[in-house]
Amino acid sequence: MAQQEVEVILARHLAENLALPIFIIDPQGNLIFFNEPAEAVLGLRFGDTGLLPASEWSTMFEPVDQDGKPIVPEELPLMIAMTYSHPAHKGFWIKGLDKKMRQIELTAFPIIGQSGRISGAVAIFWEVPA
Amino acid sequence: MKVGLWGTRGSLASPGADTVRYGGNTSCVSIEGPEGTWLVLDAGTGIRNLGYNLPSGLKRVDILLTHLHMDHLQGLPFFAPLRNPEVETHIWGPASTMLGLKARLQRYVSPPLFPVSVRDLSPMLHFHELSIDMVEIGEFCVVSQLIIHPNPTVGYRVMHKNKAVTYLPDHEPMLGASTFPRSPEWTSGYALANGADLLIHDTQYTLEEYQARIGFGHSSMVQAFQFAALAEVKHFVPFHHDPAHSDDQLDQMITDAVQAITPDFEVTPGLEGTILNL
Repeated sequence: MAQQEVEVILARHLAENLALPIFIIDPQGNLIFFNEPAEAVLGLRFGDTGLLPASEWSTMFEPVDQDGKPIVPEELPLMIAMTYSHPAHKGFWIKGLDKKMRQIELTAFPIIGQSGRISGAVAIFWEVPA
Repeated sequence: MKVGLWGTRGSLASPGADTVRYGGNTSCVSIEGPEGTWLVLDAGTGIRNLGYNLPSGLKRVDILLTHLHMDHLQGLPFFAPLRNPEVETHIWGPASTMLGLKARLQRYVSPPLFPVSVRDLSPMLHFHELSIDMVEIGEFCVVSQLIIHPNPTVGYRVMHKNKAVTYLPDHEPMLGASTFPRSPEWTSGYALANGADLLIHDTQYTLEEYQARIGFGHSSMVQAFQFAALAEVKHFVPFHHDPAHSDDQLDQMITDAVQAITPDFEVTPGLEGTILNL
């Protein structure tokens, strides 16, 4: 089995120790980890899903803007962080697998290692109280 | 390949009656290839003795530094080939976003901390930076990867034909992990160690000591055994012994770990002066 880069491993270890919902993608955009607080918002468990391909996770939560217009994957902050190597932030609505609509604010940043190598991106998000 | 342990102690050289068997010199390992290529892993105080035991007429030696903590550097200015203009010395070490390898070494090897500067050591000294790389050095293929230890630190996998030696002298793969051992995909150092014929790995602490030193960048003896088992290595050398651990304590720590883990790989205590043939 291939091993994740050490920066990604450390990001996961940090996420496991924080109460903020966090998820992590790899350079291909695959969702490779989300922590327990994220599970509560997303309505699914990482232990059940394992890795989720970009095409799957970027649409499965049905992200929409304030007008209810669907947000294409390329406009999601995680994809922007990964593609353009800079932090990105957005407020939008998602539907968890429990079918509840939630308003969230999400900040994403790329994981850029010592030699300038990009090994993934991290998203920290929080639910906006209704 | 012939692997020599010239310094197996961690953190601080610790000579004395209680450390005679395991040795007091800090990290230094040599790997000699059948065609005469010499690699030196780290430049702790053990490198001084190694320098006097290299074959006469050697034209090139490559030093692979895992990181720049003092116990892995302190012997460097005392390495005999650096005073021999006939020998080309190449120093490989982890890259940093802030300063080059030579500049970072210069911080230690320069007045007032040391009377001689890096630039005055040898005109035949060359520097190379590594992070995640694969390089050919003589008859060896060397793979480096960043591993979990404070400040940029790499581990090495040295390969010759179908044999592999993995060197992870300072490594805390369980840092922050909710469980350990965990899946290979999420274990620092796994790719370097997987299936290695010989793993030389950090075993600085007892489990109790580790609990008081989480984040210092080191493993306990039992955790290192667990890592070796996960990586399915064939032979394991406990290494980077804590300066406070006597020979008798180290014997007991290894015995306890063997009883707890019941490894299916060979275990050779990391005694200074040991030579292993692969």
